[in-house]
Amino acid sequence: MTLRSLGAAVLAPAASVAAALLFGALLILAIGESPLVVAEVCAKGVFGTAEGLATILFSATGLMCTGLSVAFAYRAGLFNIGAEGQVLVGAFVATLVALALPAAPALVLVPLCVVAAAIGGAFWGAIPGFLRARLGVHEVINTIMLNFLASALTGYLVVHVLREPGEMIPQTPAIPLAAHLPRLGEWTPLPAQSPANAALLVALAAALALAWILARTPFGFRVRALGLGERAARTAGLPVGATIVGAMAVAGAVAGLAGANEVLGFRYRFLDNFTGGIGFLGIAVALLGRARPGGVVIAALLFGALNAASLEIDLFTDVPREIGFVVQAAILLFVVAGDHVLRRRLAAGREG
Amino acid sequence: MTAPGGSGAALVVRGLTKRYPRVLALDSVDWEVRAGEVHALVGENGAGKSTLARIVYGAAAPDGGTLELFGAPYAPRGPRDAVAAGVGLVHQHFMLVDTLTVWQNAVLGREPSRGGWIDGARARRELAEISRRFGLTLDPDARVADLSVGERQRLEIVKVLMRGARLLILDEPTAVLAPAEAEAMYATVGRLAAEGATVIVVTHRLAEVRRHADRATVLRRGAKIDTVDAKATDERELARLVVGRDPAPPRARAAREPGPVVLAVRDAREVRVGGTSRLRGVSLDVRAGEIVGIAGVEGNGQRELMEIVAGLVPFTGDVEIGGESVHRASPRAIRRLGVAHVPEDRLGAGVIPAMNVAENLLLGHEERFARAGTFDRGAIAAHARERIEAFDVRPADPDLALETLSGGNQQKVVLARETEDGPRLLLAAHPTRGVDVGAAESVHAALLAFRDAGGAVLLVSADLSEVRALADRVLVIYDGAIAAEYPRAEADEERLGLAMTGGRA
Repeated sequence: MTLRSLGAAVLAPAASVAAALLFGALLILAIGESPLVVAEVCAKGVFGTAEGLATILFSATGLMCTGLSVAFAYRAGLFNIGAEGQVLVGAFVATLVALALPAAPALVLVPLCVVAAAIGGAFWGAIPGFLRARLGVHEVINTIMLNFLASALTGYLVVHVLREPGEMIPQTPAIPLAAHLPRLGEWTPLPAQSPANAALLVALAAALALAWILARTPFGFRVRALGLGERAARTAGLPVGATIVGAMAVAGAVAGLAGANEVLGFRYRFLDNFTGGIGFLGIAVALLGRARPGGVVIAALLFGALNAASLEIDLFTDVPREIGFVVQAAILLFVVAGDHVLRRRLAAGREG
Repeated sequence: MTAPGGSGAALVVRGLTKRYPRVLALDSVDWEVRAGEVHALVGENGAGKSTLARIVYGAAAPDGGTLELFGAPYAPRGPRDAVAAGVGLVHQHFMLVDTLTVWQNAVLGREPSRGGWIDGARARRELAEISRRFGLTLDPDARVADLSVGERQRLEIVKVLMRGARLLILDEPTAVLAPAEAEAMYATVGRLAAEGATVIVVTHRLAEVRRHADRATVLRRGAKIDTVDAKATDERELARLVVGRDPAPPRARAAREPGPVVLAVRDAREVRVGGTSRLRGVSLDVRAGEIVGIAGVEGNGQRELMEIVAGLVPFTGDVEIGGESVHRASPRAIRRLGVAHVPEDRLGAGVIPAMNVAENLLLGHEERFARAGTFDRGAIAAHARERIEAFDVRPADPDLALETLSGGNQQKVVLARETEDGPRLLLAAHPTRGVDVGAAESVHAALLAFRDAGGAVLLVSADLSEVRALADRVLVIYDGAIAAEYPRAEADEERLGLAMTGGRA
């Protein structure tokens, strides 16, 4: 990595984050509150306590999965807007497997459910991949449509087929204890009640695996070749269609793991439309992380921290919690705009 | 050294220097262009011609040196300044909107208006005036999509003149023209000079320099070598200045009896959804151990022909490779039949600029370097070093991003990759376009070596001398069909030129 590209990879996102935080501070000033007080509340409540840290880690786990999902597809030149739906399907399939095997031991059931979540997501990702590769239907359209489909399908099944008897809330019965992913608090100083769970380790392992796939395998090489030069890849005889389907399946699988985080690690049941935009935030996380697994992990932690801080701000100051979302949005804008400026300057420096 | 033309200097450049990372594109160049002359700027690719032209046009800023335009200091901060100062650039690739008419294109970006509406009458008047004065006939109401290449170029020149250009820079103006169109283009250039305009022609075609330019300036590796009287300098001398040594003699070629048919194309046309096919039924054979050259003005179906054989676009008719029909076969399947492809659009389809040299050499061969699903990085590096050495890619560093290589070295990477599996058919489209003379020689040597080893080559090139130098048989493509065929001995420039424009020899 040259000095220049290192600067592009690290400095630009860092500068964007700093600029967005500054922007948030100005906004807080503008509504007549003190950014210093807000900063103090966040420092104490979020970063200063084990409880806060656990909130960050839980929030970051899901974002890591969807961020990695978007990032991997992006490396193949595909825009996966469908992480939201892939999370839902992954979570739903994991729930089904857990409910279907109430007597299975944890050692079998937990891995099985995690794999089921990945397979469900992979299936839901492979569909738009196939439509794109075979019929040329653009994946942006496809994935958006499949989000609606996933939401409607799981919603119908939860409400009409699998709803917990006697319950008003559209949710499935609880999954057996043997399907629970252990909470991190069980073996770390983190509070035992906090939702951070072993799915974090799964997400980190997925990040490592994706980095390895991209750098060290023929499939990963094809993914990158497709993303950087689709026509050259096609001309050179790479199996373009299979690579598209494969990349979307992998992307969907990773997104599905976010479903495992929610169902197996936190809620212990499938709740209708629980995702809350986690798939779309994954796009922001992937962009901020420059579509690199390591970058995505860092970006997810940052967005997780902002989510945790939003809660804290809402509870303990008069500043509305939306400030956290504004800062997230500002980061995204600065990253995208900063990227553009940077690229133009690099291009200007290289021309000739 | 005196030359005809006006008196005084239109453009004076002193000590002009431009640095890019890794290269000194211009090294303290002093240059003078006289008012009213036709001045050729010649040199190999990468010699600095384009950089110099871009600086004069304000599209690049120099790192040192000064410019003077028509006697006044000149430091354009962008093309807008350059246009305002009377400098116009005609790009090699046309910048026209196909769906608009001639007059609409002519005024695009500076439309005369009256009360908020485009003043079409005035635009036509101005267009007619320029056309008359410089002898550039054009139908103002024709749609650009319907114009010939020569007419499009004429329109580009008109556009520049309508913006008040007095110093015109033509960048490789004949690259896309048939010989007859090129003649007409130069007649226009002569007329422009006679009307007092100054014309700089950036070109690498030395034959044109002697016939049409007053003076010529030779650049080599960013330095000005000399400015010579074009009429008094013969082509050989000019070539020596350009290359810095005597050009290599044409390579001796072994006489070879062609073998069995490797590629058979029968009545092929590409399938185009919602449009008419460019090809109107092409039939040809290429045998083992022969190079079949396709001569033709660009846009007559060469690209489509290559694409159907490579499996990139669907077609009707029949294409057989080694006796096997490849209808609906993917590029991957076709490659498995022993087809290699050096595509026309090197940067878009030949290489992946953002990947490094080793990765570009790996494209399409990636499976071979995996053991248990994982890349053997040592083998990849060794393979890259071996290919780099065999094809003399410079700089010889497998980790460099491909985009940092010169065009010639990028092409060597493509050839190194494509000739790897011992293919039996090589599709080569414009293999030396944008490639410097030294690299072009090695590209030609590689193609001939492939042929001598029994390979079949289908060569498309816009460069007639390249086709004639390499091909055992020359087919002329015109308007989507093979218009004529000549054995090597009979393929002279005149015959080919005539057939390329639809005439009969």
